[in-house]
Amino acid sequence: MDMKMKSHLLPEFLVERIDERCTRCKVCVKQCPFDVHYYDEELDRMFAREEKCVGCQRCVVYCPRNALIVRPHPSTYRPNNYWTHEAIQDIKKQAETGGILLTGCGSDRPVRIYWDHILLNASQVTNPSIDPLREPMELRTFLGRKPDALELEVNEDDVELKTELYPNVMIETPILFAGMSYGALSYNAFKALAMAAKEFGTLFNTGEGGMPKEMREEFGSNTIVQCASGRFGVDPEYLNCAAVIEIKIGQGAKPGIGGHLPGEKVTATISATRMIPEGTDAISPAPQHDIYSIEDLSMLIYALKEATNYEKPVCVKVAAVHNIAAIASGIVRAGADIVAIDGFRGGTGATPKIMREHVGIPVELALAAVDRRLREEGIRNKCSIIVGGGIRCAGDVVKAIALGADAVYIGTAALIAMGCTMCQKCHTGKCAWGICTQDPVLSKRLNPNVAAKRLVNLLRGWSLEIKDVLGGMGINAIESLRGNRDHLRGVGLEEWELEVLGIKGAGE
Amino acid sequence: MLKTGYKDMFLGDVRKLDEILKYAKIEGEVAEIDASDLKHKELNDLMRECVQKGVKKFILRNVCGQRYIGTRLHSVGKLEIEIYGTPGNDLGAFLDGHRIIVHGNAQDGVGNTMNDGEIIVEGRAGDVVAMSMRGGKIFIRDSVGYRTAIHMKQYKDKIPVLVVGGSSQDFLGEYMAGGIVILLGLNLKDGKHKAHYIGTGMHGGVIYLRGEVEPYQLGKEVGIVELEQEDWKTLEKYVGEFASYFSLDADEILAGKFTKLVPVSKRPYGRIYAY
Repeated sequence: MDMKMKSHLLPEFLVERIDERCTRCKVCVKQCPFDVHYYDEELDRMFAREEKCVGCQRCVVYCPRNALIVRPHPSTYRPNNYWTHEAIQDIKKQAETGGILLTGCGSDRPVRIYWDHILLNASQVTNPSIDPLREPMELRTFLGRKPDALELEVNEDDVELKTELYPNVMIETPILFAGMSYGALSYNAFKALAMAAKEFGTLFNTGEGGMPKEMREEFGSNTIVQCASGRFGVDPEYLNCAAVIEIKIGQGAKPGIGGHLPGEKVTATISATRMIPEGTDAISPAPQHDIYSIEDLSMLIYALKEATNYEKPVCVKVAAVHNIAAIASGIVRAGADIVAIDGFRGGTGATPKIMREHVGIPVELALAAVDRRLREEGIRNKCSIIVGGGIRCAGDVVKAIALGADAVYIGTAALIAMGCTMCQKCHTGKCAWGICTQDPVLSKRLNPNVAAKRLVNLLRGWSLEIKDVLGGMGINAIESLRGNRDHLRGVGLEEWELEVLGIKGAGE
Repeated sequence: MLKTGYKDMFLGDVRKLDEILKYAKIEGEVAEIDASDLKHKELNDLMRECVQKGVKKFILRNVCGQRYIGTRLHSVGKLEIEIYGTPGNDLGAFLDGHRIIVHGNAQDGVGNTMNDGEIIVEGRAGDVVAMSMRGGKIFIRDSVGYRTAIHMKQYKDKIPVLVVGGSSQDFLGEYMAGGIVILLGLNLKDGKHKAHYIGTGMHGGVIYLRGEVEPYQLGKEVGIVELEQEDWKTLEKYVGEFASYFSLDADEILAGKFTKLVPVSKRPYGRIYAY
């Protein structure tokens, strides 16, 4: 029996309109993909269906008269520390739908943010700081396997390198764009990432949705192509157009599970890029069904190296989970040139809320554990480490590198630069900012040239800040900061946390 | 303090090309390689070198476990590779248009993420055959292992085909998103298939089974439908091709009872979420 059920959910946002400012221009109606605003002709007034508002702030930014205020709805249940507002709302939502709670973006739970408990060092008196305005500061980074030792042949007036080097990829700043697929992202957002990566001399990552053919020649050398459990759009040309190939095992926002791009998002161009029929769900199974062990992983790593004539570094991306150090060691021994670790805060276009909120560990701890383990085993040089999952600012980047990372992935931060406001409704496909949608009207809102400019500006700003901090530490190359934990001190951390991070407490 | 040695199991002790050239005998466009003394990468290095010297056909002898045969040879036109012995895992992974004939058995991962071409195995194959296959054809004379044709997919007229003469283990066609799988069951003594979880999560493509299969052996996401005229045409075409490779009688095979499995929905998991 089909019964009508009144929704018991409280609205999440309050839409306030300063009526004397409102000219009834209806820009808000046009801008809102969630159908919140409407105009009542009889009353000549604008109204809002608040229960539909997601707080994306699109209408607020685009209201020409600044007549709108959207803020968290003051209605609340009786305050209860245990049965929080969110917990009650979630139960009601599931009671009404009977489904898995779905959400977008990374976890916002109040799990300890270790970045904020780590402070950086600076030079004072005993060693001089370096002025980055006067001295060259080196942020250039090489990703890939490094040899154990270099063998040189010294002739009379010439030195020749005898060691055969592994393929490495050079980036101008230790910041890469994280894997976000065309499908999750709009074409314009995807292209903006590619354009920005090319302009700044870094890499973007295709995620597991393939690479549109027309982008391969222009952007291939700035691309990390993903080979994930769905193997969408993976063919020899796709693999060979890229700078790096990434095997995606896991993702911080949903460790251990796969993903579905719902059929309604599989448009003609996405179907051509993923090489699946239009309108079918693009299902990425939880594991890669040819990888059930480290041995199997090794098999795929070398299959990809064979397919690309050993010319490209192969990266393996995993979510930060328990025993991550042993996992990373296995990945390196399996032949990976780069290990990417995605932390608990990692973002996504869609994930079951339970996975996002309860599975995985903070990337700061995972990184420190992995770097230490690989050093202890004498294999740290065999791979580069990339970390992602909640990198918010240049300070986080510097701390990540001092904890042992070679570079960082930014996903959420890149989306915010383009326009994202973290409303966490990516999974609805209605992104008002044209980023996480396949609706042609909405995706047209994002001009790829403007979005690329914003991304380049972000990279430039962060890179300048990193140089400033390095100079302050008396370091003139990012190489000298890598794994240099002497430059870190912890505040408000327990003994075991300091030990995992491998840093001293402040004052020591 | 942990201190362990490290040795790259795959690249360690690989000889340089000039040390292994002697294993290839090139006559015109045909190269004959004795693989008995070659490591995985050495064999593939040597084959690539031969292609650069104009070789169009390979005869590989004494192959014993060398992996990725054919994988590195993309964008070089169509080659023919005849293999005597047992090729190793990932035979023809990412294969891009070549024709591989194995006079013997194959191991795991035959045609993994294969793009185009043909693989013909005069024997049996291991697990994960035709995983994520996107195009081309694979013919296995005898049986295959577990996880066959997982996530095979198709796009427009690029439709991969897998024909297996014998039977399969569990998870045949799991998450299948396109393509054609034909399982002939020629070696079944009682005519009954043993595999379970056939077509679990299937959301595209078609599986034809010759022989008996019980509903409990199928995944929840597939249904049994009657064969139509078009299906018989498809079967005649590919079973005919299969029979011709292994000197079998196509009519006799086609006289058996066939079952057609198709996905119930293009979106098997669309209704499990709360929006």
